[in-house]
Amino acid sequence: MADVVLKNIRKSFGSVDIIKGVDLEINDGEFTVFVGPSGCGKSTLLRMIAGLEDISSGDMIIGDKVVNALPPKDRSVAMVFQSYAIFPHMTVRENIGFGLTIAKTPKAEKDLKVQEAARILQMEHLLDRRPSQLSGGQRQRVAIGRAITRKPEVFLFDEPLSNLDAALRMDMRMEIGKLHHQLGATMIYVTHDQVEAMTLADKIVVLKDGEVMQAGAPMDLYHHPKNLFVAGFLGAPSMNFAVVNVEKIEGDQITVKNDAIAETTVHVQGRSFTVGTKATLGLRPQYLSIADERDSCMMGTIVLTERLGSETILNIKLSDGSTMIAAIADDQIFKIGQSVGLTFDADRAHLFDELPSASDAAH
Amino acid sequence: MATKTSLTQSNISGWGFALPAFALMVTFIILPFFFALWFSLTNQRLISPNPAKFIGLTNYTELLSVGTILLEPERDAQGDIVRTDDGDIKYPRLRNFTRKNPDYPAIQGMQEWFSWQTGPNNEFKRVILAKDVVFMRALKNTFVFVLVVAPLQAGLALGLALLINQKLRGINIYRAIYFMPVVVSIVVVAFLWRLIYDGNNGLLNNLLGAMSFGWFEPVDWLGQTSTAMGSIIAMSIWQAVGFHMVIWLSGLQTISPTLYEAADLEGASKWQTFRYVTWPGLRNTAVLVLIVITMQAFGLFAQVDVMTNGGPLDSTQTIVFQAIERGYGKQDISGGSAISVLLFLIVLSISLLQRYLTRERHS
Ligand SMILES: Nc1ncnc2c1ncn2[C@@H]1O[C@H](COP(=O)(O)OP(=O)(O)OP(=O)(O)O)[C@@H](O)[C@H]1O
Ligand SMILES: [Mg+2]
Repeated sequence: MADVVLKNIRKSFGSVDIIKGVDLEINDGEFTVFVGPSGCGKSTLLRMIAGLEDISSGDMIIGDKVVNALPPKDRSVAMVFQSYAIFPHMTVRENIGFGLTIAKTPKAEKDLKVQEAARILQMEHLLDRRPSQLSGGQRQRVAIGRAITRKPEVFLFDEPLSNLDAALRMDMRMEIGKLHHQLGATMIYVTHDQVEAMTLADKIVVLKDGEVMQAGAPMDLYHHPKNLFVAGFLGAPSMNFAVVNVEKIEGDQITVKNDAIAETTVHVQGRSFTVGTKATLGLRPQYLSIADERDSCMMGTIVLTERLGSETILNIKLSDGSTMIAAIADDQIFKIGQSVGLTFDADRAHLFDELPSASDAAH
Repeated sequence: MATKTSLTQSNISGWGFALPAFALMVTFIILPFFFALWFSLTNQRLISPNPAKFIGLTNYTELLSVGTILLEPERDAQGDIVRTDDGDIKYPRLRNFTRKNPDYPAIQGMQEWFSWQTGPNNEFKRVILAKDVVFMRALKNTFVFVLVVAPLQAGLALGLALLINQKLRGINIYRAIYFMPVVVSIVVVAFLWRLIYDGNNGLLNNLLGAMSFGWFEPVDWLGQTSTAMGSIIAMSIWQAVGFHMVIWLSGLQTISPTLYEAADLEGASKWQTFRYVTWPGLRNTAVLVLIVITMQAFGLFAQVDVMTNGGPLDSTQTIVFQAIERGYGKQDISGGSAISVLLFLIVLSISLLQRYLTRERHS
């Protein structure tokens, strides 16, 4: 088992910088998830850990060895690819045992280990099939099986579930979670899917344009996002941002308002503001609720409703023309065009000292 | 979506477009094929005042009849073996048996093809006879040509493809160089190689002479039976290797790069990567390349026609050369047709056999 430490890791393809100085410590046995928008360099970073991509500068440490110059096979890592990368002409048994075949492991030992991996992944009955006779989920399990048999210290997954349908993805997600408990190995997992990230991770690393935006426990990131990007990236539907004026500061109690939102006091930690400047108020849709006009701090008209059964998503246009998304518990019926008052839980509101840019809002 | 007009929908216009190509194919490929089948069963001559007669399989038996005879040594009055002045055993003349000898009906009109010594003290001589010795030599030469060229050319082309399938600067230049002989007419290439192989001042002799500091005795490559076929083989392999290299290359590029990365992660050596990833991925390409080479090799003609005319001493006679020589040189169009039909049957059965042997086995 091994820690993975990245020290100021950089990568450029030609003159284009893709990874711009990543510092990261992944503890032994930790399940770490890389999330971020498409093209932010998640795969590249993972491939650098695997050794499939060389490192432009910085130090990569696995266990207690600097592995910058080591070929993939000497890093004690196994990788599961999005496209499975299982060998079409080999049976499941041969695929799972491939690493052992390469290492010229004696047959008896190999059979034992393949059997063991098949048992963990519940696919003993599939061992003699070929990949073409397997479903997507089964293929992905073969790929994971191949990774398991080598007993690597670090498992790398690059969007392993993104080719599967929603139901299967949930099953496999749970299986990967179980697998992590069973093996206790360090796992690094790349995904687009926040649910995967939130449920599987011990630690989430949010990346943007080749830089780490924030790294930490899932709930830490969810409740205490460091910046607008992280705040907007985690949570579905994503956080509402409203530009507000800072009216009054009393210790860590900041009072803000704008044309649509009545004066509100928010509790803030670790960020400083100046009266008279603008700031961004972040409100998660789940913490907005419908209120009477008297009690509400903003008014708007409903533009769109989505009924999901367990909750109802409202798209509300505020009086200043901006949009608020509210997620109301339970199935409730609203009419489009209906005028509603909204209120929110001030303890759960966030205030950021930056202003939203187009990229924070879009996704 | 493209608008559907009567032009793209009507059956008649479809046939109209296909007609010119179809008519050409019927005239120059399909009709001649059936003509050849018919002619081979008659005594049709290229130009003849007499009408052709149906003669059944006579043309084929003329071509294919073989026989054998065991010659006993001639003995003098004491029963001792008669020897020539050189000390060789003297045998009765073959023509005593093959000309107008009713005791040997099976070998009438045949000539010696080849023979070997046999029996006690190697006193006897086993002679294999054929009705059409030249055709037999052509048959043998063609098979030798195919058996040497198919594996060598396919292997060499694969080697080149593997070398060229790398991301190196300027690799396309090599690709172009290897492909160049393919686009030059085979007749031109054969003329050039006749100069290269020239016995007196040929490039090859000069080159070998220079490299061995004059030790090398010039060889008349195309003028002696021991080297003529080999020279044609070497030149033919060189000429078409680029073509098959390109086919292999396209096969190589269908193999997913992640399979190589997976093998890399498992620590596969170069050879193991080839064995477990590359070669299985080339299976269909291999079948294609082998069948194409075999068919092309059976069609060997232009090189022979330009470089040796079948000589010296029939050592470079080939099936197609014989077909053409007979059909047009000797105006024996029915004999030539019979040879083409035989070639068709040979190539057909070999392709079927190759397909069968290289089929994908499903367990
Ligand atoms: N071999 C390469 N040469 C040049 N640029 C590359 C190469 N590989 C990746 N890139 C660039 O690096 C950036 C990051 O790519 P990467 O594949 O790591 O993104 P990602 O975060 O995994 O995205 P996705 O979520 O879509 O998989 C992209 O802008 C991509 O165009
Ligand atoms: Mg990716």
